[in-house]
Parts: sequence; C-alpha cells; structure tokens
Amino acid sequence: MFYREAGDFKTSYTEDNQTFPIKFDRYRYYAVLLVAFAVVPFIINDYWVNAVFLPFLIYAIAAIGLNILVGYCGQVSLGTGGFMAVGAYACYKLMTGFPEINIFFHIILSGGITAAVCVAFGLPSLRIKGFYLAVATLAAQFFLVWLFNKVSWFYNYSASGQINAPERTVFGVPVTGAEAAPWAAYLFCLVFTFISAIIARNTTRGMAGRKWMAIRDMDIAAEIIGVNPLKAKLSAFAVSGFFVGIAGALFFSVYLGAVEVGEVFGITKSFLVLFMIIIGGLGSIFGSFAGAAFLVLLPVLLKNLLVGTLGWPTDLAAHLEFMIVGALIVVFLVAEPHGLAQLWRVAKEKLRLWPFPH
Amino acid sequence: MLDASEGYTTEDGRKIGGVVMEMKNITLRFGGVVAIQDISFDIREGEIRAIIGPNGAGKSSMLNVISGFYNPQEGEVWYKGAKRPPMKPYEVARQGIARTFQNIALFEGMSVLDNVMTGRIRQMKAGMLAQAIWKGKAEREEVENREVVEKIIDFLEIQHIRKTPVGRLPYGLKKRVELARALAAEPSILLLDEPMAGMNVEEKEDMSRFVLDVNDEFGTTIALIEHDMGVVMDLSDRVVVMDYGKKIGDGTPDEVRNNQAVIDAYLGVAHD
Repeated sequence: MFYREAGDFKTSYTEDNQTFPIKFDRYRYYAVLLVAFAVVPFIINDYWVNAVFLPFLIYAIAAIGLNILVGYCGQVSLGTGGFMAVGAYACYKLMTGFPEINIFFHIILSGGITAAVCVAFGLPSLRIKGFYLAVATLAAQFFLVWLFNKVSWFYNYSASGQINAPERTVFGVPVTGAEAAPWAAYLFCLVFTFISAIIARNTTRGMAGRKWMAIRDMDIAAEIIGVNPLKAKLSAFAVSGFFVGIAGALFFSVYLGAVEVGEVFGITKSFLVLFMIIIGGLGSIFGSFAGAAFLVLLPVLLKNLLVGTLGWPTDLAAHLEFMIVGALIVVFLVAEPHGLAQLWRVAKEKLRLWPFPH
Repeated sequence: MLDASEGYTTEDGRKIGGVVMEMKNITLRFGGVVAIQDISFDIREGEIRAIIGPNGAGKSSMLNVISGFYNPQEGEVWYKGAKRPPMKPYEVARQGIARTFQNIALFEGMSVLDNVMTGRIRQMKAGMLAQAIWKGKAEREEVENREVVEKIIDFLEIQHIRKTPVGRLPYGLKKRVELARALAAEPSILLLDEPMAGMNVEEKEDMSRFVLDVNDEFGTTIALIEHDMGVVMDLSDRVVVMDYGKKIGDGTPDEVRNNQAVIDAYLGVAHD
C-alpha cells in the first residue's frame, strides 16, 4: 500500500543511485537508526547488551567484511577467525603500548594492520581459486592462532597467555574494562557497525564493487574489459581484512575483555561467520546483518523459550538448541539457497504489488 | 595497395582514415599446432573490417591476439603507430580495445546497468577512499559516467531492462547488453566475435543495424568475425579470409567473393 515507487519521481542520477530508492524504505531506515541510537541505549541492561546486542553488532561487522571477500569478490576464505585474532592482538598491543591515544583510533588501526595481513594471505588467490583457495586461507587460520600462542611478545609475556583489555575511555566514559556501562559499550560498537555498513555499501555500489563482482562472475571477461585482477582481488582482501580486524578488536576489547586465542578465534569462528553470510545472503550488506542476527539471536531465543518459558532442564535445552539451529539452517538453505537477503528481496517485490497479484 | 596514412572512400561514401592497427607477420602456435601462420593485415580508422573463414581457420585466435589474450610467438602488433609490447589483456583494454565474446561473457549476477557501467572502467579513476566516503570525485564520476552509459542504453534500446539482473535475460538481449558494455568503453577499436551467432533473422537484422549505427554515429572502428556470409558481405568494408591459419584473401567484399582461393576454401576443390 505504502511501499510504492509510483509517484516518487527521480530527476537525477544521484537520486536514482541512492541506497533506498523507495520512500517507505528510506523512512524505515531512518526509524531503525533513530531507535538504535536514541532509544535502545536508554532501555538496555547488562543482559541484553552482552547476550544480544554486542555479539550481533560485532558479528555483523565481521560478516560484512567476509561478505565483501566471499560474496562480492568470490574468493572463499576460511581464515576469518585468524584475521579477527590479528585485529584483537593488534588492538591489545596498541592499547597497552600507546595508552594515551584514544581507543577509537586503536581499533581503526587494528583494522588497518589486519588489512595488511589479509592482503599477504590473499596473495595465493592470484593463482588458485575456489576450494583450493579456501584451504590456503585455512593455513592462515592455523598459522595465526599458533603465532599468537607461541610468541609471547604478543600477549606482553603474561603468565596465563591471555590478553586482557585495560580500561579505556571515550569522552570520559569507559567503554572497555569492567567498569564499562552497557549503554556505552553498545553505542561504541554501534558507531563502528554503522560506519562499516555505510563504507561497505559505498564501496560495493561503486566501481570497486563492480570490479569485485566482475571478478566473481567471470574473471577472464573481467580482465579483458580492463579489470586488473591483482588489484581487484587484493583490494577485496584489504577491505575485507579491515572490517574483520575491527570486528576482532571490538570482540576482544569491548565484548569479551579477556581472550585466549585458541579458544575464541579458532576455526569454529571462521565457520560461524561463513555460515552467517551464507544464511544471510552472499553479496548483500543486508544479508550480513540478517545472517548475524539469525545465528546470534536464534540460540538466545530458543534458550529463553525452552528454559524460561517451558521450564526444561538447561542441559537438555542446550543440546536441543544445537539440533534446532542446525535443522533450521538446513530448512532455510533448502527453501532459499540465496539466503535471507533473497527472501527479503522477494518479499519486497511482492509488497510492491500488494494487494494486486500482478 | 594503400599507404598507411592515406584514407579511402567506401562505396557508400564514408571516409575511411589511416591505419589504426596493423598486424605484421603474426604466427601463433599452441605446442605443435600452428593456429595462425604468418598473417599480416591492417585495420583502418572508421572502417568495418571482417575476418571470415571456415571452422578452425584461426579467426578467434586472431581476435584473441588483438585483444592481448594470446601473445604471438612471432610477428608484431602495431597500434596507433607504435609497436605494442607483450601485454596483459587488461592493459590492452585500457589502451582502448574493447570486445564481445562468441559465448556471451557477461557478469550474470549484476544488473544490466552495472554490467554496462563496468565498461567505463577506463574512465572512472576515483580511489578506494573517495568511493568509501561517496562524496566529491566518486559521486561526480558515477553521475557523469552514468549519463554516458544511459546514452548507450538508449541507443541500443535496452532501457526497459536497465535494472534487471543479466542472468534473467534471453539470449538476444544478452548479446545486445554485451555490445553495450563494450561500447561504454568508447573504444578506438571494437572487436565483435560472432555477434550474430545463434540469432534468428529478425535479431540478426537488429544487430546488423546496431553495428552499422555504432560505426556511423560514434565513428567506431569495428573488427568482426561472422559466419553469416550475407551479413558479412553487407556490413563490412574490407574482409580478411583465413583458412587453416593462413590468409587466403583480403579486400573488399566483391574482390573476396570472386577470389578463387576463397571459393575453393568454402566450396571445396574437385580432386581429379
């Protein structure tokens, strides 16, 4: 009814190029932003932040990063966990090495460092494709985790081998460490997620994104048109690494506070983020959010439903949760192989015509 | 024989300029197989140059040599008066040589508009940071190039499918989108690899009209490979005929049509 292009005339290419060309979509987007920035911080408590919002926001950044590499550029990576670890350890070293600098810059710098590492491990992509590249990035995963365990310089020679986030403030408000208020941590992550999503959207809708997609869809044709495959692939690795690094840094500093690398950034993390983008939808920024929401919220939801509402024993619920999440993933992928983003697109197409069938 | 800088006038009165590209004694081998053997010919500015020949004659290999996909073992490629060193295909593309493919090579996951915009890669130079912020140069470039692309979309009459993913289009339209993508680059030489393959008569007529219009409106130099003799003889100004990797004829359609070697290659020779 309200979801119409009719009557909303575009008179310039800038207007036609915008992210939300339909008015209703645009307002919905502003409404979501308003709620996220101005309403949620006032009503959330510790449980909501730690169980739902922080993991969702941080995984969304990681998923956006991986989606640029896998969904847009077609280069499969299984090294996400390792690259998140690079972000986390870079952030730790920067936080402890330069305590006078604002953590905001530490996190951005960690992203930059991860981007460089990611490019180095992306070099094999110039020679190998598909599954073989996935195995090559797997090497990055294992090597990086081993490195951070082995070289004690990375964890400042602490006896436990863990890294702990010291307290850091933004505008006088602590965002890391034990004293950080839930709303502060939430807002801090939200800002990063928001900016990451905008940057990702801008790069993917411009020439950079077209080059990536050209490489993904047909690399030989892309090269004959004038895409330099070396630059296109490595820039995808760099941008992807930047986001994944930021996600890793936030995951360590704001969300967990203390990290033991093998436990937190193991291969399971790589798979988790990969599943997020597959379920959410490859090659879609919205899909990254949807996938992160699906895999973060669903377990929480099921737990609350089974333990809280139905009163089942916790251990039984925990096992059932795995089974149900697994089954739902299969159901979703059979029903819609292109992920939640595609469901969303189909729903929007239908909505555009509703209530008329054609 | 014409001088390199001297032009000529076609039968229908179009002025053809000097030589844009010259192939000098090109030989291309794949192991023991000689795909192209000692072939020389030139392409002049503004003309429609056809390369014809029976199956396996080496036509596509020749096009691949021009577009830099293969580097010939012997011979030289001269482009705009300079010898071209061995290059990667993307470097050749950036010099202004665009092409279409025999089996359509579009980016299936992208919309028609994005596909055609990708053709503007030579003209869009905004850096990664500018694009991330999407202000200033990146946005300006996007709009300016969109205007050019829209003209081409208009020209090829594909406005109605602008935002459709290419994967959903029928074959004939895909061929047209591919032409649009190549045209978007504003190439000095446009290479068409069998633009009419697999089309019905009506689609062929449409395509022929587009090829002629492109040449006429933009003055684009076109080199094309085609099997449909009627089309080739109607469209082209000069024709190179290849057989088993050798050049057996070169000249205007009429000259080629009456060339005994060409007739033999196409119709066969009686053994007596």
